[in-house]
Amino acid sequence: MKRSKPTSLSASSSKKPRPSKVASARQLGELQAAMANAIMKPLAARDRMQKSSAPVADAIIKPNDRLTSFERLEIYNRQYWFRILDCLYDDYPGLRAVLGDRKFDRLARAYLARYPSESFSLRNLGSRVEKFLRAEPKWAAPHQRLALDMVRIEWANIVAFDEGAKPTIHVDDLLGRAPSKVRLALQPYVTLLEVRYPVDDLLIAAKKGDDRLRSEASNAVALQHKRAKHINFRGLKPQRLYIAVHRMENSVYYKPLIREQFEILRALQQGATIEKACAVLLKRRGSAAKDWPSQVQRWFKEWTSFGWFCHP
Amino acid sequence: MPANRFNGFTDYGIGIGLRLPHYQHILTRKPTVDWFEIISENFMVDGGRPLQVLDQILEQYRVVQHGVSMYFGSADKLNREHLKRLKTLVKRTKTPWLSDHLCWGSVDGRYTHDLLPMPYTFAAAKVTAQKVREVRDFLEIPIAVENVSSYTEFHASEMTEWEFLTEVVELADCGILLDVNNIYVSSKNHNFNPYDYVNNVPHHRVAQIHIAGHRKFEKYILDTHDHPVLDPVWQLYSRALKLVGNTATLLEWDDRIPSFDEVHHEALKANQFIRQFEQKTASV
Repeated sequence: MKRSKPTSLSASSSKKPRPSKVASARQLGELQAAMANAIMKPLAARDRMQKSSAPVADAIIKPNDRLTSFERLEIYNRQYWFRILDCLYDDYPGLRAVLGDRKFDRLARAYLARYPSESFSLRNLGSRVEKFLRAEPKWAAPHQRLALDMVRIEWANIVAFDEGAKPTIHVDDLLGRAPSKVRLALQPYVTLLEVRYPVDDLLIAAKKGDDRLRSEASNAVALQHKRAKHINFRGLKPQRLYIAVHRMENSVYYKPLIREQFEILRALQQGATIEKACAVLLKRRGSAAKDWPSQVQRWFKEWTSFGWFCHP
Repeated sequence: MPANRFNGFTDYGIGIGLRLPHYQHILTRKPTVDWFEIISENFMVDGGRPLQVLDQILEQYRVVQHGVSMYFGSADKLNREHLKRLKTLVKRTKTPWLSDHLCWGSVDGRYTHDLLPMPYTFAAAKVTAQKVREVRDFLEIPIAVENVSSYTEFHASEMTEWEFLTEVVELADCGILLDVNNIYVSSKNHNFNPYDYVNNVPHHRVAQIHIAGHRKFEKYILDTHDHPVLDPVWQLYSRALKLVGNTATLLEWDDRIPSFDEVHHEALKANQFIRQFEQKTASV
């Protein structure tokens, strides 16, 4: 067996050189931690591996007659970044359209460096983009607000696509029950959004003609990125909009809401009784809300027909 | 050895990977396919269209689950949430066996989403085999581990890859998903004879065979699954059939996916090697 000289495996263990051998579960963990750190380290210019990974490569990886240790480890470093960037490209076509390819690429790399995947499923890779953008809006400048709205609707899209459904509550189930006692929850796949831009229309435009389908997990290697479809949003004026992102018969829809509808649904989602949730309408419309019982009844009839309600 | 305890004593023929661009064709045309292999992770969700499609497929086809993120070789503990979701899916599909890779890919809860090669040591084999056993005990179905294609070798390795595979499956008492394309790719990247590999694995443990295409670069071969199967891989497949017997075979095509008919036609090329094998067997 060929052994290398005792050497460090990672930055954290640089003061305590360790031999490159795997004779225990602990040493297996050390080798894997060192290699994973190098693989997940952001790529340098021209998508090359950072030179700082050379000691790790030399310590754990054999060269062959064609490739150095560095070059062999670099294959995995590049593969890692191409794969996860590709996944984010697929999940956020609207954000790509807002930012353009170059800005999106910079944002995606910064996001993935800050929030590496913590899920066995690539489905959850982009779950923290909103959090990231709120903390570091500079990556979306000068379209921070639009980008944030777009990210929220795109994540809501993923949730609507494959989140679970609970048994639905029908209108008949509510008959005869006191509104002051009844609490309803929204299906887990329904997301309520208050946005400043018509991101539902923009996202549809960004996806139009884009017949690509969301990447599936596989063990194939992604070799190239896709290009963003550019949409014209110049001159777009902010306006407050309310949208419910949901699904019906397993297709995702964006349902525009008026403010009162949004507030009732949000109150229900937050655990209010039907009576308390509807109180918002009276508060807002005052005496003008004379016909509110029939209006609210129509809304609830529609929402239950969509299957939005379930037991808390 | 087509039916054995590692593939649930089934006798499956030639299958193809169930891939999203083919859903519409499969659901509307209902082509005759012996079986489909699904990537488990694509269906480990709580609802929506993925599960609706899967249920429609299950009404008409036999399905086998293949995973990409169990990471038997990771020093990390198994992810219980992953296992629970996987078991839910196993109950849904009634897969007769389940495969995943002989690799690692996560550290301290961070996932690379890659199939990273193992250092071939006895200690690593022991850790890996223990996890295979844990997964099998939890899921209560036969497990087959797949050899991965790789681009690196470790200083720490104490044996060849096929010796390591053998060590793991013997310790775990599990099956093998023998990927002959991966063997070919690794043989070129690491300068070994792919026939040594195929000749020396425990043949009675092979539950399934994978075939796929790859791409050649100047200094290495990359396992891209975006091409038809190349001739050297078919020759290796032929050799594997002679040693293993007529075994469930699956074509993987994951990128630049052509029409369903083209993929299926490519998979069915395996038939000529199976016929050759059967003729030779009959004449003995």
